[in-house]
Amino acid sequence: MWFKLQYCIETKDLVRIFKSKDQTVKALDNVSVSIGEGEIFGLLGPNGAGKTTFIKILTTLLLPTSGEAHVGGFNVAKESNKVRKIISLVSGGETPGYGILSVSENLWFFSQLYGLSSSTAKEEIKRLMTDLNFEEYAKTRMSRLSTGYKQRLNLARGLLNNPKILFLDEPTLGLDVLTSKKMRGYIVDWAKKERKGTVLLTTHYMAEADEMCDRVAIIDRGRILACDSPLTLKEKLKENVIMRVEVSSVQADFSFMEKMTGVIGFSQTRSIQTDTTTLKVMVRDESIFSKVLAKLEEQKLKILSINKAEPTLEDVYISLVGRGFEEEAGS
Amino acid sequence: MHEQLVHNLKVVYARLWVRVKGEFREPEWIAADLVIPLLTLSAYVYLYKMLNAPSEFTGFVIIGGTMIAFWANVLWNMSAQFYWEKETGTLEIYLVAPISRMAILLGMALGGIVNTTLRAVVILVAGTFIFQAPLVINEPLTALLMFFLTITALYALGMLFASLFMLYGREAWHTASLLQEPVYFLSGSYFPTNSLPFFVQLLASFIPLTFGLDGIRRVIVQGEGIANIWLNLVALVIFIVVLFPLAKFALNYMENLGKKEGRLTLRWQ
Repeated sequence: MWFKLQYCIETKDLVRIFKSKDQTVKALDNVSVSIGEGEIFGLLGPNGAGKTTFIKILTTLLLPTSGEAHVGGFNVAKESNKVRKIISLVSGGETPGYGILSVSENLWFFSQLYGLSSSTAKEEIKRLMTDLNFEEYAKTRMSRLSTGYKQRLNLARGLLNNPKILFLDEPTLGLDVLTSKKMRGYIVDWAKKERKGTVLLTTHYMAEADEMCDRVAIIDRGRILACDSPLTLKEKLKENVIMRVEVSSVQADFSFMEKMTGVIGFSQTRSIQTDTTTLKVMVRDESIFSKVLAKLEEQKLKILSINKAEPTLEDVYISLVGRGFEEEAGS
Repeated sequence: MHEQLVHNLKVVYARLWVRVKGEFREPEWIAADLVIPLLTLSAYVYLYKMLNAPSEFTGFVIIGGTMIAFWANVLWNMSAQFYWEKETGTLEIYLVAPISRMAILLGMALGGIVNTTLRAVVILVAGTFIFQAPLVINEPLTALLMFFLTITALYALGMLFASLFMLYGREAWHTASLLQEPVYFLSGSYFPTNSLPFFVQLLASFIPLTFGLDGIRRVIVQGEGIANIWLNLVALVIFIVVLFPLAKFALNYMENLGKKEGRLTLRWQ
């Protein structure tokens, strides 16, 4: 038996291939990870990187093409019902139940899917609504809730069965900054103080992974490129120079940087409103950056600002892939 | 084993509760559900009256109109429900929970039976009162048994179809329509099936509603007893015995197929 019991989640050489008439896509390419009990583990990557495929296999919604995955010591393909008893899945941007039912009615219904007694269910529902600060909406129909409150309801539903392992798929998708922050704080408290449960979180928000996770795996095109604590991952970039440059164009072509020696990678964020592009360029040393600036000037671009930046998880991604998340989403 | 059974019974009750609660929360739905079938039914009653058909045809039509409400409920509120649950994301919640898929369907079915029975009773009473249908019930227990077996067989067939809808994309709507109208026609909802050609009657015999409708009509409209309709009862029992295990097998098979092909949670295809 290759998996070790101290790991709550363990996958080995996990492959998932999707075939259609026109194309074959390898969504997961030999993914092997081990997640310990009580750990908050983040899977960080752009849209289409394979994050949701990975979480769907672990939550028994999808079968792997090859490889193995164990959750709580149970094989996800062969012992799916045992896995389902100890997990919960919360996906961001989902409708959390039946629109015609109220918040408390929806939660009661979902509590029955886990066999809670009515008295325990009522206590849990009350506690969760208070903790997540939406008890005043108990009698409001779910369809009338705002996105933020819908997501609180979704999270409350996911915690009703007090899962040993909580899977969060983009839990703060579409939420405002404040609600996202509150939700992140609540999940960390739940995992570290209250339940001491294991959390597997997928996200494409760097700050979320940075703030919440003990360890982060960076995934791109189905492959895990790096896996460590956010601090260690960023520490590895200290020897490089990261510069943020704002230029006065949204249409300029920056692909010249891909061929420049010494440029590790770059990302670009275009703003149509201000007609500017913010470039984040990672180089081996500052002399390389001078060459980048010279090239930009050659293109007659007006440089509006230049700052030196501290490494973030996005920079880790750029250093590994050579491009930022934005480019992947747009490609 | 006992614990699992109790757990699944809770799921059945909870899903039933959702169905009944949801239905009664929107009074206009109930009004529409009652008025529209009465209009169709009226059209047939007046057609038969115009043709000077025997008065038992009125009772014939009223029973047909009452029972097809159940088929519509099976199709749209149970079989196709898994498609809607998939589109709204709740199917994913069901599939991740440690529960039997049959428990969810049974809850939907029982909730649907509660709602539709109330509606059917209103249609039956209103239709009988308005059109003065001559009903002759000599064996009420046989009528109840016939009704119970018909409904059970119909919902078992609905569970079988639910397995297909679990994987369906946007074609689900057309499939449901495709299953609705031919069943209305073949089962003889508004006319006697013995006027149909033999091969069409043979085809109709694969539908539980055909036997159910025929049996219920003979007991309620023509005043016949169990001695005359026992073949209908046997046919319905066979349907139930075959369809339930088949539905369970199909649900497991389609769920596994969906997990292999990745279609189980793929939405808005």
